[in-house]
Amino acid sequence: MSTSLAAAPAATSRRRAPEPPKRTAAERWKRRGPLLPALLITILLTQLPLLGTLYYSLRSQNLLRPETNGFAGLSNYATVLGDEYFRAAVVNTLVLTASTVVLSMALGIAFAVLLDKKFLGRGVVRTLLITPFLVMPAAAALLWKHAMFNPLFGMLNWLLSVFGVDKIDWVSQFPMPSIVLMLTWQWTPFMMLIVLAGLQSQSTEILEAARVDGAGAWATFRRITLPHLRRFIELAILLGSIFVVQTFDPIFLITQGGPGQATTNLPFLIYQTTFRAFEVGEAAAAGVIVVVGTIVIATFALRVISSLFQEET
Amino acid sequence: MSTATRRTRRVRPGSVVTGLLAWVVALVMFFPVLWMFVTGFKQESQAATDPPTWLFTPTLEQFRAILGRDFVPYLLNSLMASVGSTALVIVLATPAAYALSLAPVGRWKDSLFFFISTRMMPPVAIILPLYLMANNLGLLDNITMLSLIYTVMNLPIAVWMIRSFLLELPKEVLEAARVDGAAFGAEIRRIILPMIAPGLAATGLICFIFAWNEFFFAVSLTSTNAPTVPVFLTGFVTSEGLFLARLSAAATMAALPVILAGWVAQKWLVRGLSLGAVK
Repeated sequence: MSTSLAAAPAATSRRRAPEPPKRTAAERWKRRGPLLPALLITILLTQLPLLGTLYYSLRSQNLLRPETNGFAGLSNYATVLGDEYFRAAVVNTLVLTASTVVLSMALGIAFAVLLDKKFLGRGVVRTLLITPFLVMPAAAALLWKHAMFNPLFGMLNWLLSVFGVDKIDWVSQFPMPSIVLMLTWQWTPFMMLIVLAGLQSQSTEILEAARVDGAGAWATFRRITLPHLRRFIELAILLGSIFVVQTFDPIFLITQGGPGQATTNLPFLIYQTTFRAFEVGEAAAAGVIVVVGTIVIATFALRVISSLFQEET
Repeated sequence: MSTATRRTRRVRPGSVVTGLLAWVVALVMFFPVLWMFVTGFKQESQAATDPPTWLFTPTLEQFRAILGRDFVPYLLNSLMASVGSTALVIVLATPAAYALSLAPVGRWKDSLFFFISTRMMPPVAIILPLYLMANNLGLLDNITMLSLIYTVMNLPIAVWMIRSFLLELPKEVLEAARVDGAAFGAEIRRIILPMIAPGLAATGLICFIFAWNEFFFAVSLTSTNAPTVPVFLTGFVTSEGLFLARLSAAATMAALPVILAGWVAQKWLVRGLSLGAVK
């Protein structure tokens, strides 16, 4: 057991007492006891279903036409990858995720820098700024759809009418930007909080030293703060991407993937394939492809978390 | 010119501008929430107007109508799923976090990262087997099933968060307890649990937030017996007729518990959001 620990990269930490060289099997199980319930239920409800998805992805199966059930090899994958709807959904997912993450990160950094300063009512401002993330996403989606985007009496058009802009039917004319706008509003607090935690973990001594040396505010930010923030920004971007890829609520509630396929992302496409077309095999294959994509991002995310983790332990 | 005067001159107008800018930004971001809240107290004829109606006599009519429209069962389902799953999460995650920090099992790091990786798995990738599993066990449209899923969804966050609180405990206290010969169970109950109680409360609030707001599993796995509050809101998808005030009232009631929980827990929010990686 101790050898496998040593083999893990830099697994030893200062906080841990050195492991006694040998424990009996009984002792080891006694230690594992508290962990097992959580581990077992997690495996049961995440890993088992994932194996199920893998299994179904290799089968030709439609819940409405059981007579066609059978082993299908990789044909579902071929069907899915050759499907123009699937490819459009991949593109939509990438556009949606990248735009939302980049915009909310840019705003998040700006807001965090503001909040890092001292001013009157900072606590209240911080509380107001995190609220969009707390609002139930389903409620937020409907609120944006009807109260913000509505062409006749939406607040967005009213605001623009001040500048002489004509009425716009946001969801029909600009479906993707509308969804991105709503999601950016929702995710900016997430980015902001992580970046703010990074800003506040900066050593004041170094900043003070820079100021004494005559470095300007911008130079200090670019040369000292940004490099320090790098890992926090990376972590926020990676976690944000993983969660924004999974976006379902606003698609389901605002656009239903439309108009046409304009806002159909992968989660919504898979939902449709599963629960509206009952094409279990194809939905499962698409699901496996999404998991593979997520694993790629998650690998980087875990690496960043791991590096933050090494430093802290 | 001395540095002192230069500093006061440079800093002061700057902080006023910063403060103003921050307030403007915060009000813009908060506006949709405020508007939802305000619109819920309007008559329908005042809710959808061009230009928007700013002054009106508030009414509770919409809230009454929502509560009269079978909203309560949805509310109870949401409460059961979120409170039940949160309680179960804490019960499961606390010992697990202990076994991954203070009394580490072998390969504890692998277990820790296994938990976090499950939180990253897209729900759509497992929805079908979960649906079929629930169907075969007779647990479809069942609040227990939904609670179990929320439990597993929140376990990684809770394990990581609680672990981070455990690691912050002063080592001396734990060692003193051990030297005094406190038995294993007593050590946990008498020494550790009281000390991490605030951390557990924070973890509970974060888990409650995610469970209460969850929509995808709820809409996929429930229909008539166990639908939660977000599912109730799907009744407002179409835009026929006058209903904006009523939607706003429903959305306000749906969102309020978590907004309050989030405000209370905001100090620990970042730890939960970053899965314990950032404090």
